[in-house]
Amino acid sequence: MIYFDNAASTRPCRAAVEALNRALTDNYSNPSSLHKGGIEAEKIINAAKKTILSKLPAGGDLVFTSGGTESNNLALFGLKAPKNEKQRKIITTAIEHPSVAEPIAEIERFGFTGSSSVSVLRLSPTKNQSLEDRIIEALDQDVHLISVMAVNNETGFIIDTVKLYEAVKSRVPNCIVHIDAAQGFMKVPVNGDLISISAHKIHGIKGIGGLFVRDGIQKRLNPRIRGGGQQGGLRSGTEPTALIASFGAAVENFTYNHPHFTELSEHLAKLLENFDGVNYRLNSRAGSESLPHIVNFSVNGVKSEILLHYFAENDILISSGSACARNKKSRTLLDFGVTEKDADSALRLSFSAENTIDEIEIFAEILKAGINRFKR
Amino acid sequence: MEVFMAKYGEIALKGNNKRLFEERMVRNIKHRLSGLGDFKYSRAQSTLYITPKSETADFNEIERRLLTVFGIGAVQRSLALPKNYEEIVRLGVPYLEKALANAKTFKVEAKRADKTFPMNSMELMREFGGEIWEAYQKKQKPLEVDLHNPDVVVYLEIRDTHAYLCPNKLQGAGGIPVGASGRALVLLSGGIDSPVAAYMMAKRGMTLDMLHFQSPPYTSERALMKVESLCEKLAEYCGEINLYCVNLTEAQEDIRDNAPEEYMTVLLRRVMMKIAAKLSAKNYCSAIITGESVGQVASQTPAAIICTDDASPLPVYRPVIGMDKIEITAIARKIGTFDISTLPYEDCCTVFTPRRPKLKPFLSDIKKLEERLNADLIENFMEKTTIKAF
Repeated sequence: MIYFDNAASTRPCRAAVEALNRALTDNYSNPSSLHKGGIEAEKIINAAKKTILSKLPAGGDLVFTSGGTESNNLALFGLKAPKNEKQRKIITTAIEHPSVAEPIAEIERFGFTGSSSVSVLRLSPTKNQSLEDRIIEALDQDVHLISVMAVNNETGFIIDTVKLYEAVKSRVPNCIVHIDAAQGFMKVPVNGDLISISAHKIHGIKGIGGLFVRDGIQKRLNPRIRGGGQQGGLRSGTEPTALIASFGAAVENFTYNHPHFTELSEHLAKLLENFDGVNYRLNSRAGSESLPHIVNFSVNGVKSEILLHYFAENDILISSGSACARNKKSRTLLDFGVTEKDADSALRLSFSAENTIDEIEIFAEILKAGINRFKR
Repeated sequence: MEVFMAKYGEIALKGNNKRLFEERMVRNIKHRLSGLGDFKYSRAQSTLYITPKSETADFNEIERRLLTVFGIGAVQRSLALPKNYEEIVRLGVPYLEKALANAKTFKVEAKRADKTFPMNSMELMREFGGEIWEAYQKKQKPLEVDLHNPDVVVYLEIRDTHAYLCPNKLQGAGGIPVGASGRALVLLSGGIDSPVAAYMMAKRGMTLDMLHFQSPPYTSERALMKVESLCEKLAEYCGEINLYCVNLTEAQEDIRDNAPEEYMTVLLRRVMMKIAAKLSAKNYCSAIITGESVGQVASQTPAAIICTDDASPLPVYRPVIGMDKIEITAIARKIGTFDISTLPYEDCCTVFTPRRPKLKPFLSDIKKLEERLNADLIENFMEKTTIKAF
C-alpha cells in the first residue's frame, strides 16, 4: 500500500507506540494521586511536556487537549472579552480549518463572552502580497484577536507567523495572536500567544494535542471544560498519561525532511508535465511559499472522488481537498483562485519521510491509466 | 402480572385462512423478541397474549419491538387482574399511578367480553372511573373526568380468564404479517424512496430480498455501508433480509461509450430491471419493487416507465408511485430510514448523469440502441454479486 495522505493523519512511529504501551502498562495511576504511582505518572507527563515545549517559543506553558480541534476551541471560545469596549475586531483568513472558522463564525454571531458585537475580517491570499503582510496592513488598535493557520491543510501554503507575531506585538501589544499549527508544528517556525498543536500529524497518536499558552495570557483565558482543576484549571479532566508520553516520543523522533519532500513533489510535477493531454494545474503555490510535503493539483475533467476511489482500488490512499471537510465542498481552493471546475477535480497528496520516488513513479503510471479511462 | 396484548389488525377480518396469518405473525413476533428472555404465548379472541416469564424483562424494549411487527393492530401493555371487581380496584388504581402522574383529565373505557361478569360495561366505566377519581381526591391531586378529550384513556377489559387494565394503548404497525404474501425483490438505491417502498410492501406481507447496484470506483464503499445500515433498519420491520450487491461499473461504462448520452438513464434502468428479473427467477420472487414516483426524475416519466417495465417479465410494484416527496419523507422519518438515506454518498444512478436526459424515450429506439451494448454483461452478472444477510 502507498500512503499519500499524511496531512490527514500519519502512521504512528514506533517510539510513540512503545511509549504509549509502556505508560498504559506501568503508569496507570491518576497523575493527581498523592501516592508514588501518581507521582511517577506526573513525572512522565512533565518530561513529555518539556520535550514538546522545547519545539515551541520560549516563555509559555502547554495545556494538553484531545487534539487540534479542542485546542482551537479553547483558544477562541476561551478568550475573554477585551476590557476596552472598542477593541472588538477579529482578523482571520478565508482559508482556515473548520475548527477555527466555525468558532469564529459563532463569536461573530454572539460576541466574546460578555461583549456585545464583534466584527470579523477574513483575508484571502493574493498573488502580489503575502497574507501576513495583508494582515499586518489591516491591523489597528481595535483588533482584539488574530487567528491564522501556520500551514494550510489543503495546499501546504505557509503564513509566516514569526514575522506576523513580531509586527503585531510592536504595534498592538495587547492584541492576542492565535496560531493554528496543527499542520505547521515542527514543520515551520511558529510564534504566537496561543498555538494549537496536534500529535497525529507528526507520527503521534490521534486523541492528543495541546494549546501553547504564553506566560501572562493564562489569565485572559476562560476554561471550556471545568472540573477538578487539572492543568492550572484551564482544562479539567484526568490527564491521559500514556497519550501524553507518546506525544512526547513522537516529537522527539520527528524531523521535517524538507529536501526529501522537495525531491518528491518536483519529481511528481515533472512527470505530470510530460503527460499527453493532461491539463493539470498545481493549486499549491499561490503567491507565497508552501511546504513541499503537500501537493494539490487538478486533473481537468475527472471528478476527484472518482480518482480517489480508483487509487484506493489500486492500494494508493490519497485525499480530495481536506479530510476534515469530507463531503463538503471546500471553499479554500476557491480562495486560492482555483476555479470551481478545477476544485471539483482537485487531488491532495501529502507525503511522509517513508514515501519514495518509486512510489511517485507508480502513482503517475496509475494516474495516467486512470485519466484515459475516466476522461469523457 | 404485566402482559402484552397484541390485538390483531386486518387479519382479524380474515376468513378460513386466518390461522395461517396468525401463525405467521406469532413466528415473526418470536423472531423479533429473541434475545429479550422467555415468553408465554396464548391466543384468544383475536388477541395474542405475550407474557414475559421474568419480572425483570425489558418491558420498554419489548413494547418498542412489538410496534414494528406487521399484523398487529394495537399493542396494550396491561396488568392482568383476577375477575373480581374489588380486586380490580385494589390492585388496579395503584397500577395507574405512573400513567396518570402528569394527567389532568382521564376517562375509563370498559369492555365486557365475558358476559357472565356481574357488572356491564357502562357500570364498569362509571364505577371504576369513580374509584380512580376518589383516590386522587383523597391525595388532593386534582384529576377530572373528561369524556371527550381526556389526557389518558384507561382501558379495562373483562376477558375469559382475566381482567386487563391498560392506560396506554398504542397503535401497531398494521398490515399483514411478513411472509404471508410471498417474496419480492427490492431495488434499493440508498435514497429516500426505495426503503419506503420496501417498508410498504413488507407491510402487505411480502418477504423481501434487496438488490443494490454499485459502481466502484465511481461510487464510494461508504455508499454500500449506507445501504447496509438501511437493511439493518428495515430488518426491524421486514424480518430477515438478503442483500444482493451487483457491480454495475462495466455495464455503465459500456452504455457511456456506446450509446447517446441522453439515453443513458433509461438504458441503465433497463439493465437494472433485467438483472433484477434474473435474480428474481433464481430466488422465486414474484415481483420487483421500486421506489419510483411519477415525474420525480427523468427516468420516472410515464414514457420512461414504459421502457423500464418492458425489460421485466415480472410485475413491478411501485407503492410510492402517486406520492409526493413530502409524503414519502414523512414515512421515511417514521421508520427511521430518513437520516441514513440523506447521508451524502453518491449511488450508481448519479454517476454519468446526462445533462439533458430524454424525457419521452420511445421503446423502439431504446431497443435498437440496446443492440449496440454488450449483453454478456447482464448474462454474467452473478459473477459480480456479493450477498449479505441481515
